[in-house]
Amino acid sequence: MDILLQILITGIATGGVYGLIALGFVLIYKATSIVNLATGAFMTLGAFICFTFLDSLKFPFWAAFIGTLVCAVLLGVILERIILRQLIGEPIISVVMVTIGLAIAMQGMTNMIWSPEYRSFPEIFPPEPLDLGFAVVPSGLLWGFLFALAGMIFFLLFFKFSRTGVSMRATANDQQAALSMGISVRRIFALSWSFGALAAFVGGIVIGNMSGISIYMGDIGLKVLAVIILGGLDSIAGAIIGGFIIGILENLAGLYLDPIFGGGVKGVAPFFILVIILMIRPYGLFGKEEIERV
Amino acid sequence: MRCADFKETYIKDEEIFQSLFVKVWLGAFLVFLLVFPLFADPYVLYIANMIGFAVIAAVGLNILTGFTGQISLGHAAFAGVGGYACAIFITRLNMPFWLALPGGGLVAAVAGLIIGIPSLRVKGLYLCMATLASQFIFEFLFIHWESLTKGIRGINVPPPMIGSFALDTEKSYYYLTFAVTVLAVLYGRNLVRSKVGRAFVAIRDRDLAAEIMGISLFRYKLTAFAISSFYAGIAGGLWVCFLRIVTPEHFPFHLSIQYLAMVIVGGLGSILGSIFGAVFMTLVPEILNVVTGNLKDIFPAAGKLFIPLKEVVFGSLIVIFLIFEPRGLAEIWRRIKAFFQLWPFSY
Repeated sequence: MDILLQILITGIATGGVYGLIALGFVLIYKATSIVNLATGAFMTLGAFICFTFLDSLKFPFWAAFIGTLVCAVLLGVILERIILRQLIGEPIISVVMVTIGLAIAMQGMTNMIWSPEYRSFPEIFPPEPLDLGFAVVPSGLLWGFLFALAGMIFFLLFFKFSRTGVSMRATANDQQAALSMGISVRRIFALSWSFGALAAFVGGIVIGNMSGISIYMGDIGLKVLAVIILGGLDSIAGAIIGGFIIGILENLAGLYLDPIFGGGVKGVAPFFILVIILMIRPYGLFGKEEIERV
Repeated sequence: MRCADFKETYIKDEEIFQSLFVKVWLGAFLVFLLVFPLFADPYVLYIANMIGFAVIAAVGLNILTGFTGQISLGHAAFAGVGGYACAIFITRLNMPFWLALPGGGLVAAVAGLIIGIPSLRVKGLYLCMATLASQFIFEFLFIHWESLTKGIRGINVPPPMIGSFALDTEKSYYYLTFAVTVLAVLYGRNLVRSKVGRAFVAIRDRDLAAEIMGISLFRYKLTAFAISSFYAGIAGGLWVCFLRIVTPEHFPFHLSIQYLAMVIVGGLGSILGSIFGAVFMTLVPEILNVVTGNLKDIFPAAGKLFIPLKEVVFGSLIVIFLIFEPRGLAEIWRRIKAFFQLWPFSY
């Protein structure tokens, strides 16, 4: 029982981080209908930038964090302007492949600037684990979860109350109507990419803090695809809830199935779940249903 | 003097080799391909073999993605299934290579059929995800189904034999690769101008309209998946027997992207384009390798840059082609031909 509880807690905490990265996907998809497969590369880049601020430039954590966020916004705006604006209205395969190409190129550049070896993150949070009485939460997971939660609440409130947030929702809903209400759709697209990069960068920092950074950490970005498909591609709530579900299921699969199959199930479980969702309910739990019939 | 291409019948328009000029030059090119191994060194032949495998896989993927419009992000997995099946047929069942290779292709085709089933229900982005997931699931199987695949240690495969002559050098294997590649390309080129090929194109352009016109989506989508993964399986089998070992590392997600990149850089919906793309995308890393190798003498740091630089160039090529030349090298080739057809009096 103890180990099960422990696994559940770990699952929820990991799920929070997945939810945050999934937000990075959803924010971009909602406005631009592009699934950004470069999210993993964004994460890696974010983690490395934060690492540089902390380790080489000796910034305090809050300054490094803000610096990283500024970089995220810049990256989002630049990429949108140079590459992704050309792709509006192109077939899906082009869009998907451009983001994949971008991911590979960015990973290569990260590799070129910082060498590929594994690094552990400088300690930015107090290392004591939180003892809940019935289970123990490791410090990295706890702080990661708190960061993810803060990020989610920020985005939820932002979309609910801020003027820009409302105009972003309007754009996602109907671009022409938004245009005629005086919303600059181009600016919204650039903003969405910045926000997507922002969420991915924070996710990268959190994961880097939990398990160290290397140029291969972006592979988690692909696992998160299962989260957004489960939650529904265009649903913020779906991303969060999907994150928790996948986090828990993945850890449970690791606990119960790994001994049977000789390890590795934890890594592949999200993809199995992904296929099952696609078979049963392709638009996810909260996604918009699109039906085409002959 | 002929100053442009006039065709008076549809049959002429559908011909593969449209003029005497094309036939003569193609014949000369084939003769060149047959003769050059006699003078080339093993490294060049190794690359020639790799290009052959790439061409087969790219033609197959183009049939699925370029002609039928179904995206597959898991093509390396199909190649892997073909490669593993081929290796297992040879080592466990003692089948001769000549049976094991098509056998591997058939097993891959079955895998493709299974993965293709979701394509009936989901499309576009969702099909991307489904094939991507299947890539990782197959990778998991290659590593963890140890009783069959021997896990990460891999399976050693003997070279193919003709009688008592083993095809165990780059040169002798090249002729096998060459023969299979020519067959694969010819079949692909013929397929896309047949009834099946036209059905594929109709599905790509608008699947609902195709269904209304009486094209069975079920049948043709699955046919496309099966043919395409058969090609991938053959490419995988040939590659495995060339390397004489198969491990899970040979078929990573990156290879799937590489195949897609070949198809996109070459030109979606063009068999000629897939050949261009496969040649181009195989040669670019090799050229980079030579360049960074030479730079290493001047800047010692350049050696370390090769692997990341390869990735940057590879990723940028995909992005640049999709933005500036979405129809790929085949379109550039067509423009060059059009230019010289009337040159120097192009008005």
